[in-house]
Amino acid sequence: MHVRIEGGRVTEVELRIYEPPRFFEAFLRGRDFTEAVDITSRICGICPVAYQMSAVTAMESLCGAQIDPQVRLLRRLLYCGEWVESHALHIFMLHAPDFLGFDSVVAMARDHPQVVADALALKKAGNDVMRVIGGREIHPINLRVGGVHRAPRKAELRTLVESLERGREIALAAVELTATLDFPDYEQDIELVSLGEPGEYPIDRGRIVSTAGLDIGLDEYPANFVERHVPWSHALHSQRTDGTPYLVGPLARFATSYDRLTPLAREAAAGVGLRAPERNPFRSIVVRSVELVHAVDEALALIDAYEEPDAPAVEVAPRAGTGHGASEAPRGLLYHRYELDADGTILDATIIPPTSQNQTAIEADLRGVVERSLDLTDEALGRRCEQTIRNYDPCISCATHFLRLEVERS
Amino acid sequence: MNGAPPRRRPKLAVWKFASCDGCQLTLLDCEDELLALAGEVEIAYFPEASSATVRGPYDLSLVEGSITTADDAERIVNVRNASRRLVTIGACATAGGIQALRNFADVDDFVSIVYATPSYISTLATSTPISAHVDVDFELRGCPIDKHQLIEVISAQLAGRRPRIATTSVCTECKRRGTICVMVAHGTPCLGPVTHAGCGAICPSYNRGCYGCFGPMETPNVASLTAQMRELGSSETAIDRVFHTYNAAAEPFAGASGG
Repeated sequence: MHVRIEGGRVTEVELRIYEPPRFFEAFLRGRDFTEAVDITSRICGICPVAYQMSAVTAMESLCGAQIDPQVRLLRRLLYCGEWVESHALHIFMLHAPDFLGFDSVVAMARDHPQVVADALALKKAGNDVMRVIGGREIHPINLRVGGVHRAPRKAELRTLVESLERGREIALAAVELTATLDFPDYEQDIELVSLGEPGEYPIDRGRIVSTAGLDIGLDEYPANFVERHVPWSHALHSQRTDGTPYLVGPLARFATSYDRLTPLAREAAAGVGLRAPERNPFRSIVVRSVELVHAVDEALALIDAYEEPDAPAVEVAPRAGTGHGASEAPRGLLYHRYELDADGTILDATIIPPTSQNQTAIEADLRGVVERSLDLTDEALGRRCEQTIRNYDPCISCATHFLRLEVERS
Repeated sequence: MNGAPPRRRPKLAVWKFASCDGCQLTLLDCEDELLALAGEVEIAYFPEASSATVRGPYDLSLVEGSITTADDAERIVNVRNASRRLVTIGACATAGGIQALRNFADVDDFVSIVYATPSYISTLATSTPISAHVDVDFELRGCPIDKHQLIEVISAQLAGRRPRIATTSVCTECKRRGTICVMVAHGTPCLGPVTHAGCGAICPSYNRGCYGCFGPMETPNVASLTAQMRELGSSETAIDRVFHTYNAAAEPFAGASGG
């Protein structure tokens, strides 16, 4: 990260990410439309289900496939598992140690053994959902265009209930715990964007809505958002087409869809004085904890409602055209667009992960945080900046403990 | 035992190159073993999980990801020099990963497809496994790796013994699990006969064919399998695609072709 400070004013903030490019959008060209689900999963080992779901829904909407409601339930349940695993990882293993002054979760375990044991139990409950429905925790193998490869028996899902019920208690305690952390006083005024669907918290589908009144279908994404390639980073920077930054992720979902949290999650939020919209990004850890309650609570309800479908999948014939898919990765809206030819070969692919959508906002935030922290030493400033970046839970390679801060003061 | 000097815990380091982070996440996914492991080893370098860094040398380095930039080609040499033992984890580190699909194309084309300003991007024309650059003590397969195998490899390396990792095919795991053969019973093309064991034969137990994410087993008979896939109606393109994915650059998958 590069910061230039001239005469007590911050004149330049650049987050330089040189994550080696892997060229997914290039090698997807020429692949079959059924392959994108497993291939795009490999973009991120932390949120593979998000990539899989955005890919299958793009293909299914283009090809006009109707998914059995019970199969859709399974997919949403799988996604809840990913949210639980990823949020627990982020809250306890990456972010809480920052607030509490530990280097890592292992160091934190010495002083807070029960908190860490509980966190691991909760994370495992999420992973168990992924394993039972998806076949494994990382890069699950059970999603396909048209449905799933195998629909689990009701009894298989019932094995998940006990650990999820315990997980619900742990998640409620996490809301209480994170709400007592010490938050820097900082607010941002920025458009918050998420999926939105009547009657449900945004996870696996929806239109695109925002706090500025945006309400569009997925096919209108390209007309409303642009990606910019900046010279100082390999991560693309998204903006609204008018050039303004926007934000995706837990704060955005909470702002647009607070009233669609489960009653228990809403109560937990109200109990610690959290109101929508929450505009302090440091408090995203509390919002993420509220979403943990929601994900566990909804997972239990979905298991209860599940009936084995007649068939695990419908056959889907490819169509020529352009398909759009989006879902809410734990860290925010993930958009996919594919152009297919009539035999289902991918001609073009565009994938816009939450991290690149938040890149402009993260840099704006870092500038705001640095401006308020000019009296800190470079080392303390570096830690504060890392913590700021972790507010957004970006793809882990940038989320983690990587930051080399260059400060030019003149 | 009063008076005994505290045992020096071996130092573990985890390194990332071009990858999705899933294999190092596998270590954090060992929820039941993580704290016990942290008692046995000093986690000396693991940026995904800790902001503390302990200087090398390291007793055991786990390396995730492939080499795709000139900087990384230098960095892996430094990692090797600082490590007593070095184990690669996953398909990227062991075979170049899915990003090795660039090895069969023109990387400049790839850059211009993805990036508006190709001149901002620095990358090598190939994605290569760690073993193409430095000596490797053990290669753990999988996209992603299996967590039980990871614990076994770490334990074995620390105890100075050979890891007990089967080198047979996924077929043997299907048989042991009692899964009906999807290729024989349903005519579903399956890479199980040529793919390295280790996942526990997950895909066939979910009624789909293995797609080879653990890479080739020792001495696989790829020609025989591709003949069988043609019998079952797979097109040459489909055969070509399934071999050219997560372990595209691993011989003999790299040479497998429908043509």
